[in-house]
Amino acid sequence: MSRTLQAPVTVAFDYTRSTGPVIGRFLTGLRDATVVGGRLADGRVAVPPPEYDPVSHQAVTEFVDLPDTGTVTSWTWVSEPVAGQPFDRPFAYALVTVDGADTGWLHAVDVASAAEIETGMKVRARWAEQRTGSVNDLVFVPDDGGDSGGATGEPGNEDVDRIITPVSLDYSYAASPEESAFFRGLAEGRILGQRCPQCKKVYVPPRGACPTDGVPTSEEVELAQVGTVTTFCVVNVPFLGQKIKPPYVSAYVLLDGADIALQHLILDIPAEEVRMGMRVEAVWRPRDEWGTSIENISHFAPADEPDADFDSYKHHL
Amino acid sequence: MRETAVVGFAQRQMKDFDGSPSMAELLVPILAECYEQTGWAKKDIGFWCSGSSDYLAGRSFSFVSAIDAIGVLPPVNESHVEMDAAWALYEAWLKIQTGEVDTALVFGFGKASAGVLRRTLALQLDPYTMTPLWPDTVSLAALQARAGLDAGLWDEAALAEVVNRSLTDAEKNEYAVRAGGSSVEELLARPMFADPLRKHDCAPVTDGAAAIVLAAGDRAREANQRPAWISGIAHSSDGLHLGTRDLTSSGSAERAVAAAGGTAGVQVAELHAPFSHQELVLRSALGLGNDVRISPSGGALAANPMFSAGAIRIGEAAKQIWDGSADKVLGHATSGPALQQNLVCVMEGRN
Ligand SMILES: [Zn+2]
Repeated sequence: MSRTLQAPVTVAFDYTRSTGPVIGRFLTGLRDATVVGGRLADGRVAVPPPEYDPVSHQAVTEFVDLPDTGTVTSWTWVSEPVAGQPFDRPFAYALVTVDGADTGWLHAVDVASAAEIETGMKVRARWAEQRTGSVNDLVFVPDDGGDSGGATGEPGNEDVDRIITPVSLDYSYAASPEESAFFRGLAEGRILGQRCPQCKKVYVPPRGACPTDGVPTSEEVELAQVGTVTTFCVVNVPFLGQKIKPPYVSAYVLLDGADIALQHLILDIPAEEVRMGMRVEAVWRPRDEWGTSIENISHFAPADEPDADFDSYKHHL
Repeated sequence: MRETAVVGFAQRQMKDFDGSPSMAELLVPILAECYEQTGWAKKDIGFWCSGSSDYLAGRSFSFVSAIDAIGVLPPVNESHVEMDAAWALYEAWLKIQTGEVDTALVFGFGKASAGVLRRTLALQLDPYTMTPLWPDTVSLAALQARAGLDAGLWDEAALAEVVNRSLTDAEKNEYAVRAGGSSVEELLARPMFADPLRKHDCAPVTDGAAAIVLAAGDRAREANQRPAWISGIAHSSDGLHLGTRDLTSSGSAERAVAAAGGTAGVQVAELHAPFSHQELVLRSALGLGNDVRISPSGGALAANPMFSAGAIRIGEAAKQIWDGSADKVLGHATSGPALQQNLVCVMEGRN
C-alpha cells in the first residue's frame, strides 16, 4: 500500500477581465484583422501596446495601425506542447517584430520543423475566420507573399471591452499521510482522528501538524459517529455544481471525543429547525457506494437526544 | 539601518514529495533544524513570513494549512508572499528594520511535481496578451537563450560549461536532484528540448522547502558565532512584456545590485539561474568577475524547488560566511519569466 492516497484533480475556471482602453483597442484591432501598436515615450512603437511605457511610466495614448507582416527576432521549438497552446503538435514560439513596430511580439509560428524557421525570417498573420478579439485570432506563418485572408469580413460594431480566459489545470493530488489515514478509515465505515502528543487534542480530519504545538499528530483515535452542531449556515444561494436544492444546512459538527469540528451537511430536518447544540449522527450511504471519500457519509441527521449544554461546546466556536 | 544577519538555514530538495501540497509534514523537521541551530524555540521568533503559491498546490489558501507547522495558536505575527521565500525574507528584513521585532523565521515550500510546472507558470504572465497562448516557461527562456546566441554574447559550449560545472559541484550537495558532471562535448551531443536549450540546460522540476532565520544585533550574535550580516538587500522588476525588454541583459538585476551596494569584494555568489544561459546574464548584470566562485551548491540546475530555490541561494551563501570559507558573499533569487524579477542579498562576516 502506498504511503498516501493520490487522485487526479482538475481545477478549472473562467477569468472574465475588462480590457481597458489600450488592451481593448489592441484586441478590437485583432478582431478586425488589424495589428494595432502603441507609441512609447521614446517614439518606438510597441506591439502589443502596453498601458504604460515600461521606462518612463507615461500612459500610452497614441496608436498606429500596422500591417500583419513581420520578422522573427527570436524563436524556439516546442518539441512537447502542453494543453492550451496554439497547436497540439510541435510548433515554434517566436518574438515577431511587426513591420513598422520596434518591439517583439510573443506568438506562435506554424512550421513543420525547427529547420523551417530562423532568426530574420519574414512571417505574416494567418487570421482565424471566426475572430473574437483575442491573441488567438491569428498565428504567424512563413510569408510567401500570399493573401493573409484577414481583411475580408465586416468589422464588428462594438469595441472589445472584456475577454474570457478559460483556465484548466491538472494535478495529481496527494493527501498527507494523516489525511490518507482518515480517508482509508472512511472506506471501512470508521471516522478516524489523531491526537497531538503534546496538548492531547484530537483532530478530525487529522492534520500534518498540531496548530498549537507545531508537531505531527500521531496517535490514532476512532471517534463516535454522534456529535453536536456548534455552528451552521443555511445555504440559499444556487451555484455551479450544487448537488442539493437550496435551502439546506452546512454545519460544523463536533464529534464526541474530538477537539475540532467537522464540516458536513445536516439533512432530514427542515433547515429552519437546525440549531446550535443540536445532537446529530452520521448517515452513511449504502456500503457498495463507498470509496475513500467523505461522501461515504451522506449527511448528518438529528439524533434522538436532548440538545447539548452550551458549556460542552463553547470552546469550539 | 539596523544590523541584521542570517543565522539559521535548513532545506529539503527532492524529485517529488509523496504527500500533501501543504507540506506541513516536510516543514516540521526543517523548522526543528532551525531551532537547533539557533538554540531558540517558537517563542523566540518575533515574525514569520512564508512564500508559496496556490497555483502550485491546486487548492486555495494552501499556505494556511502549512502554517500549522509553526504552531499558530495562540496567534503569531505572520505574513505570506505569493513569491519565492527570498521575497518573504525581504519582508522579514523590513519588519526587523522597523524595530517592531528582533527575530524572524522565513520559510518557503512548493510541490511542483503535482501539476505540469512549465504550464502552471503561464498563469504568472500578462493575462491579456500572453496567458491565452499558454507559453511555457521553458519556451520563454529559450527565446532569451536564442537572443544571446544571435547577438554573439554566448555560444552553446558556454551553456554546456555552466551545466558541467553545476552538476559537478552538485555531487557534493546531498539535496541535489540532478548531479554528475560529464564533459562539454558529451552534453552538446544530447538532443534539443526547446531549441536552443537541452533538458540539462533547464532546472529540474523539484519539490521542496526551506527555512531561514534572521536576527538583529545581539540576538544574531547569541544565535550564531559568525552571523552572515546583511550589508545590502534589494529587489527590482522589469516590465511584463518580453518584447519591450532586452532579454540578453537584466536591467532589474543591475538596479537591484546597485541598490544593494554593488559586488566589490564578493568572493562567492549563489545565483538563482533556472536556465544555464541565465547564469551568464546574471554574472554580467551583477558585475561578477571571473575570480568570484559561482553557486558552489550546484545551483538551480541541480535542484529548483519552486518558492524556496531563491531563499536556498541566500542560505547556501550564508553558510560560506558561517564556516569561515568567505568574508563576503551574495545570494540571488529570481521570479517571473526570463529573469523578470531579481533580488540580491549581500552578506558579510566580521572577525
Ligand atoms: Zn498540540
